[in-house]
Amino acid sequence: MRRTVGALLRKEFLVELRTLESVPGMALFAVSTFVVFHFALDATSVNGKEAAGVLWVTLLFAAMLGVNRLFVADAEQGGFDAFLLAPVDRSALLIAKALALLAYLAVFELVAVPAFGLLLLEPSLGQSMPDLLGVLALADLGIAVIGTLVAALAVQTRARDLLGPLLALPLLVPIVIGAAKASAPLLAITAPGASPARWLLGLGLYDLVFGLIAYAVFDFLLED
Amino acid sequence: MYGRGLRALSLATAATWTVALGLVFFYAPLEADQGFVQKIFYVHVPLAIVSLCGFVLGGVLAIQHLRTRDARWDLRSYVVIHMSLILGVGTLITGSIWAKASWGHWWVWDEPTLVSFLIVFLLYATYQPLRFSIEDPERQSRYASVFAIAAGAFVPLNFAAVRMSTGYVHPRVLGDTSNLPGPMALTFLVSLLAMALLYATLCKYEMTAKHARGQVRALRRKLSGEAQAQGRSAAPTLHSGSSGPSPAPSPRTAGATAARSAGASSAAPATSSTPAVGRPGA
Repeated sequence: MRRTVGALLRKEFLVELRTLESVPGMALFAVSTFVVFHFALDATSVNGKEAAGVLWVTLLFAAMLGVNRLFVADAEQGGFDAFLLAPVDRSALLIAKALALLAYLAVFELVAVPAFGLLLLEPSLGQSMPDLLGVLALADLGIAVIGTLVAALAVQTRARDLLGPLLALPLLVPIVIGAAKASAPLLAITAPGASPARWLLGLGLYDLVFGLIAYAVFDFLLED
Repeated sequence: MYGRGLRALSLATAATWTVALGLVFFYAPLEADQGFVQKIFYVHVPLAIVSLCGFVLGGVLAIQHLRTRDARWDLRSYVVIHMSLILGVGTLITGSIWAKASWGHWWVWDEPTLVSFLIVFLLYATYQPLRFSIEDPERQSRYASVFAIAAGAFVPLNFAAVRMSTGYVHPRVLGDTSNLPGPMALTFLVSLLAMALLYATLCKYEMTAKHARGQVRALRRKLSGEAQAQGRSAAPTLHSGSSGPSPAPSPRTAGATAARSAGASSAAPATSSTPAVGRPGA
């Protein structure tokens, strides 16, 4: 299992490095969205709740781009068939894809979050960074799990670019609730507080439960 | 098989509804604060409860479908979710009317119950597009079941998450019927029963209709011996041979043309229980 996941991950990263289809697009999209927010809100800076909202809307929609691309190459160029021919556990594909998406999200946030701090955020990111990293990690895990499940569902449909976000957004609402509530105090201008533990706990629980659901049903998406 | 008991169920539903409406209008007292408009409570809350239970039930039936691979479970899951969606529209409309009357706004965001119901509704609104955009019937039913399971599990999770995020404003009705005065509680419970019966009746009607349509199609195919032009549908279609008291059409008489036409049209029989129609998409 571990070797299979490793091999699949290596393949994912190799494809991404050679084509550069997902991560650069997501990063560019995020930066453009911050610019759009600047004009749409007509604000030179944001903080607190508003900042958390801008950040999470941007990260979420940028993540959608990655989710939409996640299985396209496999569906169009026979990756699924090749994987099904191999005598390996099918859950390995779920785990590898979710880890790959998690890595894409982490790399793209390396660009997007500092860009957010630079362009829009009023308090400096430095002091709240460790806590924010925790929130980002928990939310990314959830986005990766749900994104992988939804991408696998949507990729075999005719309207995959439409159905992916339509399916993913309602499922990700609890993640947005938790992430926005947890990061709002971190981005506040006056005395950034700690993020309430219950939101982190809620995020973690949601990740865990949806991880189990995805693990249970994913095999049924790969039976052709 | 599908039509059995339909008349009794329909009559029971009509009778319970008559009793429920009688209780609502002539027995339950007027609420002191809200007056007459509060009566919508006896429709709105049962609608919401029944439709949410229906969504979860759709997930349970989908698990059964994935375990047995019997297309009948897929049909049940589809019908249950379809009816819940219709009841969901009713819930949103009656909820809005009630909100406008008692809070002065059509929509109130600090209402966890309202907001989470909308999120669940939006999620399930993609169920039909998802089915519709998958051509191969076998894959369509499998993917729809996966969706129904994930979404069914999402319903309680989402309610917990949204409730965590906001204050408690909505009248808590689940579990605190003890707060209601006796006549109101009785009326509410009878209304809930009436709504559940109505839901069951509508589901049974739709299942019977879908089954009958499948049978008619199969017979027509047999008569003409060639492909019938069929409209595309998001609904699962049962092969008439898979169930029911009527003798199953012999696989041989359906002939190769039928099998080929099944491959051409996406509304082909979804069940794999008859050997005549193999795997259309394969």
